[in-house]
Amino acid sequence: MRETRNTLSATLRYGLLILVALLFLIPFYLIGRNALMTDAQITSRTWAWLPDLPHWENFAALFQPSKDDPAASPQMLIGLLNSAFIAVVTLVLQMLFSSMAGYALARIPARGRNVVFFLILSTLMIPGAVTFVPTFAVVAWLGGVNTRWGIIAPGVFSAFSIFLFRQFYLRFPAEIEEAGRLDGLSYFGVYRHLLLPNSTSILMALGVLTFIASWNAFLWPLVIGQDPSAWTVQVVLSTFLTAQTQNLAQLFAAAAVGVAPLVIVFLLMQRYIVEGAKFSGGKE
Amino acid sequence: MAVTTTIKARRRRRPPGDRAATLAFWAFVSPALIGLTVFTLVPIVWGFLLSLSHAQNTIHVGHFIGLRNYADLLTDEEFLRSLLTILIFALFIVPLTFAVSLGLALLVNRAGRGTAFFRTVFFIPSAVSYVVASLIWRVSLFNGTPFGFANHVLGSLGLIHQPIVWIGTPSPPWYWLVLVTARLWLQVGFYMIIFIAGLQEIPRSLYEAAAVDGASPGWTMLRYITLPQLRATSISVLLLNLIAAFQAFDEFYNILGGTGSSVGNAALARPPLVYLYSVALSQQDFGRGSAGGFILTALIFAVTLIQGRLFGFGESEK
Repeated sequence: MRETRNTLSATLRYGLLILVALLFLIPFYLIGRNALMTDAQITSRTWAWLPDLPHWENFAALFQPSKDDPAASPQMLIGLLNSAFIAVVTLVLQMLFSSMAGYALARIPARGRNVVFFLILSTLMIPGAVTFVPTFAVVAWLGGVNTRWGIIAPGVFSAFSIFLFRQFYLRFPAEIEEAGRLDGLSYFGVYRHLLLPNSTSILMALGVLTFIASWNAFLWPLVIGQDPSAWTVQVVLSTFLTAQTQNLAQLFAAAAVGVAPLVIVFLLMQRYIVEGAKFSGGKE
Repeated sequence: MAVTTTIKARRRRRPPGDRAATLAFWAFVSPALIGLTVFTLVPIVWGFLLSLSHAQNTIHVGHFIGLRNYADLLTDEEFLRSLLTILIFALFIVPLTFAVSLGLALLVNRAGRGTAFFRTVFFIPSAVSYVVASLIWRVSLFNGTPFGFANHVLGSLGLIHQPIVWIGTPSPPWYWLVLVTARLWLQVGFYMIIFIAGLQEIPRSLYEAAAVDGASPGWTMLRYITLPQLRATSISVLLLNLIAAFQAFDEFYNILGGTGSSVGNAALARPPLVYLYSVALSQQDFGRGSAGGFILTALIFAVTLIQGRLFGFGESEK
């Protein structure tokens, strides 16, 4: 009796999981389906679950020069290059500066340390997107409109990531650090040869999250990158979406190109992303 | 200057090793400190001064007008409606995300061999941007024509005879379904991961002891062991989710319409950030735009405190 009930509840649980999983996969299916169809097939009155033939030319069309201005690079290509550059630079600089500051705040005794820590924490109180107007004013004043550094800079400095590195280094065994100091390592040497090599878990976890957040960011790149040459992938996609004339198949091909690199990164790095999510949720 | 004084003061009182420490400390902390100062602290201060200035078509502070920007905004019907919009949105998305991510965490955690697979499926939308999700939701999933996916499925099941116009009519307000499901799909996996981590921290002995005491698995254990043990996790999930919801921009901008204009679909639901975007970037009024940011921050603080009262933040874990 008890056995039957257990099997029944297990079946119900699996059934529910499979149903929700199918719902969660629908949007991915729709990107793939629409990206490989022709416009006529997408808008057809009779629904086709799969394209008759995969229309790969939708992807090729994205990277062909436009008819109006054959000399210019295709917008999608500009967007991809901008996004890749911005996400990589943001990732590297944020990890470098945050781990340095986190190390100093956790392990180097100095006067003013608490004041600096408090100052950094205080910036966490104000939600980032809320200050985008004054941040725009400051970055514009510094000449950052339509530049890559203008898009990158505010994303590099994250009080939250400094805080997480500090927590991480607070738990680093003091004996190892002391042994290193006795062997004549300077503070820089300790950071470079002892702490950094032992930080791969947090570097990977926060690094992947930073990369994803940077690639997917929309509001700030939209505000600061006004000229098409400075558009990131997200801004390009948004412009395609709100354009008056839409080629639906190409729109979805563009979305697929914009999302594919991240899905690949995600699947390869999932272990670290799970760790990163735990760090961010205070679970590590 | 401040640095040198510190060093001198220290050298007098302490062994010379401290000088190296002080130097190293400032060297390591400076890049982050300078960056945060320039790109976060200075904007907050500058923004506060801008919010007290008449700054039309200029990003410079100077023409002070007291609290007029704040007064203007708080009597501006459109701004007040944007605050109401975001409160409604939070009212839907926060409890829904909480319930679904907790439910999925409980299911996935007990899925045995299937755990890794299901975890990936629910978590992978986190890799997708709001822009791409908006594109799928608006053009394919909730397209108002018969070739929209939702209309096709509901039609073939015989549930509807006319395609539903999901986006574009104020009543029935189907656009809320579109906006809320998009964010739900994107973020639920992230919170599910946090809940799974929380679940795995609960000592098994608690369940074993309860079983010995005759508690039946299922609701009783969930109610008296799992949920109380997840208190700290629940609080961080609620907070992160709430603060993010109040800053919603991407899906409103991309699903309802491009320019954040007050006509067309964009007028259906305009959250504060879309409103502020149009005030600052389209109308070039940086004073009012900054003031609105501070009002929104105050609202986020207030709602966080209310939520804290309701859920008793800071109470010791029992």
